[in-house]
Amino acid sequence: MKVFVPRDAAALSLGAEAVARAISEYADAHNLRLTLVRNGTRGMTWLEPLVEVESARGRIAYGPVTPAEVPGLFAADFLRGGPHPLCQGLTEEIAYFKQQQRLTFARVGVVDPLSAADYVAHGGYAGLKQALTLTPAAIVQAVLDSGLRGRGGAAFPTGIKWKTVLDAPAPQKYVTCNADEGDSGTFADRMLMEGDPFCLIEGMTIAGIAVGATQGYIYLRAEYPHAYRTLKAALEDAYRGGFLGANLLDSGRRFDLEVRLGAGAYICGEETSMLESLEGRRGEVRVRPPLPAIKGLFGQPTIVNNVISLSSVPVILEKGAAYYRDFGVGKSRGTLPIQLAGNLKRGGLVERAFGVTLRELLYDYGGGSASGRPLRAVQVGGPLGAYIPASQFDTPVDYEALSAIGALLGHGGIVAFDDTVDMAQMARYAMEFCAEESCGKCTPCRIGSTRGVELMDRILQGEPGDANLDLVQELCETMLHGSLCGLGGMTPFPVQSAIKHFPEDFRGRTRQ
Amino acid sequence: MQALLPAQRETVRRQLTLLKSQPGPLIEILHAIQGELGFIPEGAVPLLAEELNLSRAEVHGVITFYHFFRRHPPGRHTVQVCRAESCQAMGGAALEAHAKARLGVDFHETSADGEVTLEPVFCLGNCSCSPAVMIDGELHGRVDAARFDALLADLKGGR
Repeated sequence: MKVFVPRDAAALSLGAEAVARAISEYADAHNLRLTLVRNGTRGMTWLEPLVEVESARGRIAYGPVTPAEVPGLFAADFLRGGPHPLCQGLTEEIAYFKQQQRLTFARVGVVDPLSAADYVAHGGYAGLKQALTLTPAAIVQAVLDSGLRGRGGAAFPTGIKWKTVLDAPAPQKYVTCNADEGDSGTFADRMLMEGDPFCLIEGMTIAGIAVGATQGYIYLRAEYPHAYRTLKAALEDAYRGGFLGANLLDSGRRFDLEVRLGAGAYICGEETSMLESLEGRRGEVRVRPPLPAIKGLFGQPTIVNNVISLSSVPVILEKGAAYYRDFGVGKSRGTLPIQLAGNLKRGGLVERAFGVTLRELLYDYGGGSASGRPLRAVQVGGPLGAYIPASQFDTPVDYEALSAIGALLGHGGIVAFDDTVDMAQMARYAMEFCAEESCGKCTPCRIGSTRGVELMDRILQGEPGDANLDLVQELCETMLHGSLCGLGGMTPFPVQSAIKHFPEDFRGRTRQ
Repeated sequence: MQALLPAQRETVRRQLTLLKSQPGPLIEILHAIQGELGFIPEGAVPLLAEELNLSRAEVHGVITFYHFFRRHPPGRHTVQVCRAESCQAMGGAALEAHAKARLGVDFHETSADGEVTLEPVFCLGNCSCSPAVMIDGELHGRVDAARFDALLADLKGGR
């Protein structure tokens, strides 16, 4: 009898460890034989801790479970799917889950994340096996044809990066994974790394085979200690099973992979800054060109891809570029793991083909605000993403549609705010965050953000007239056009969008 | 500059020996030192610089660039309160204020009894369960003032 209790950090943050302990203790005390599997989360965080049991019809879900409910669950014979107020029915029939299109996250919450054997038993490594039968150029072509674009935020076609690295002759090339998921409202990378780390490992291995790189690094943010432990353990198991190393899968090919910890600098999610950090230096942004694909880590041709981009590669190789490309709309192909965060009743992860609207996500999935008050704004794409007012909630979530309303998709995180939000405070925060996290290399970002905080403070204090607001606008233009990278260059997006859509929060504040 | 205590020197030397042959090893070594000592002592800087063939300024520059590295010993426990947007949307600012008042400290400070160091953090990746707090590496979601106090009481109770 298998019982699943997630070890995902979000589930743990709501008490999953105590639930797991209560289940084992009850089973031991009553001589019940059961196997406790510590899976990832299914992404329905509002139901965590979500306990699942196997049945002939599929897994049956109970949640949210507290340790105090555990004896009652046993009494209700939950091991055989017995009825109980917490029973949610078959996990995969829950509407929130059923209406998703899980390609990249197909195994997250399903497999035992620490077992390569379990990964293979669920169809894992089919993509790598396929890749090993292809020429490097054919692998790159498949990624190109799939239409996959960088899921970290920049949305650059992944296949083009790979082709550039493939075509760059060098004695040593690298594959690096940007797992410095620092955007507020995003947790897809963490969820994947904790729930299905082998998927990322497989994707990176395919990347290595494709471009002729023998060494990979996962650059993981220090705020993710749970993901770090999971990745470390998974890498060990992958080496043990012959999925990494000098002769992986007896192919005669080599790929080594290790995980490196960041140290709490948001800027290291910028690719050149990440490379500096991987080299052991201050994470200061590099001037491009040269592109990392030509001159990247230690001066060698380097793939820099986000966790989700790399983790989408196995399914593309396994099922073919066309299969993946047939999801989505326009130039936004495939699926996107959308993260519902902030003030929502049902936060979590929704993987859907591009094209679903914000409204569907916020209300059909998210259930509206957690506070019960009307939703006023959402910020899409992290701290550098624009604020979108309720009047634009019918916008589809794809790269072009968001861009058309002056917003951006970023890493697919959506943070919802109810009508108690003070948008001038949020604009101030955007500037403050930039000041806190600026690497200091270029002036518009380093100085501009500090001046921005000061100006916002004057506006918040209700200084009369529009002079401060005009100055903020001008400052935003300078940062936008004069910064070296996206941090200074995009901090204006939340500020300007807040001013544009919510002018009443900025003008005519009373002096404090 | 305060000289390294013998045990600290031993840690720095051992981690250098273990890790210095790796490519770009400084940050890895700093993590290992902080993992053992809880912080990076000032006296480690010249030693690291010499062994890694870097200038002291470079080593100092790296330590001070990254929020995660600390140059002073923390309290017995470290409490990180998330300040990012998702947590703000769920009352994070009130939680911040409560945490500061409750501990009698500002961010980056340690409570008078040496028990708790309070740190801000920008996103713990728990945004569907905001507001989030991390205590000694353990993540907690949907933390309000009452839950925060209960978590602190657990710390004091030695759990």
